[in-house]
Amino acid sequence: MNYYRHLLFIILCILFSTVSFAQTNVPVFDLSQYQNRVLQKNDTLYVVNFWATWCKPCVEELPLFQTATIAYKDKPVKIILVSQDAKSRVFGVEQFIKMRKYTAECFLLSAGNPNIWIEKIEPKWSGTIPATILYKNGENVNFQEGDFADQKALEDFIHSKL
Amino acid sequence: MQKLVLSLVAIFSFTLFSMAQDGYKVGDNIKDFSLQNIDGKNVSLADYKDSKGFIITFTCNHCPYAMAYEDRILALNKKYAKAGYPVIAINPNDAIQYPEDNFEAMQVRSKEKKFNFPYLYDESQNIAKQFGATKTPHVFIVQKAGDKLVVKYIGAIDDNWEKAADVKEKYAESAIDALLAGKPVATTSTKAIGCSIKWKK
Repeated sequence: MNYYRHLLFIILCILFSTVSFAQTNVPVFDLSQYQNRVLQKNDTLYVVNFWATWCKPCVEELPLFQTATIAYKDKPVKIILVSQDAKSRVFGVEQFIKMRKYTAECFLLSAGNPNIWIEKIEPKWSGTIPATILYKNGENVNFQEGDFADQKALEDFIHSKL
Repeated sequence: MQKLVLSLVAIFSFTLFSMAQDGYKVGDNIKDFSLQNIDGKNVSLADYKDSKGFIITFTCNHCPYAMAYEDRILALNKKYAKAGYPVIAINPNDAIQYPEDNFEAMQVRSKEKKFNFPYLYDESQNIAKQFGATKTPHVFIVQKAGDKLVVKYIGAIDDNWEKAADVKEKYAESAIDALLAGKPVATTSTKAIGCSIKWKK
């Protein structure tokens, strides 16, 4: 009896972990999918943060974006985390997001030649991460290369176009 | 009057700021430097009497993009040092924030990967600032013209950091090939995703 109870517990654990794993899905987007996602004429402010799991300053500022995700839940603000990890590392990105319980939308951008796509996304961007872009009504309205000092700095940035 | 002074100060400091930010552009003459190599000796560009130019590469130990390019930087030096364009690698990262980029770690990495080029430590970060380097890896190809060193290319090594096998455009190689052939460089600057240089706090 005790054996079956253990077995049942293990099966439940496996089922549960599969279910919670399925909840953190990080799709891989190309440039046009990226643009379709962020360039929308719906009065929502899209706060798009470029990061990678191995980038220390990026990882250090992600909690600011998580706090903002919760703080702006009922406002027309959408926080999106765009991973710059290698496409082959998408599973690692999923695990990373899941372990830290981040709830912001996240996808991995795999857009080919950086010399072409960086220029199309933001001509002022030298290509270093972290970097954050604001989009509103189909336009890139503000940009910052480098991390935010604190929550207030990120909020001020968001409010610059809210 | 006070307003005028204030705005003058503002304009002046903005100019200073943007100058510091800009660094070298294609066509600029660069100043030589003297930085410590992993063997403890200092290296200057003037030491290379017979070279035609240099592949100056800002790189580091910890950054996955820089690591992905290590073998390609080795290959560049192997191919072009003899032709007159040796690689000079410079690590500008703040070792306090990134201990894996400190001098001892540079010596270890250089030995592990058998670097065939100098790997210099820009401890003050002044050379990276002078160049306007923002990330690793970040390449500056310069050509000797008399006693001057002229920037001919700034940017990425190629168009695919993830997979060397999928590279279509070898920007750095094309630039050097053009210089060696006495032709103008077709693509003089490119952008690339990179690890931002960790500036001292």
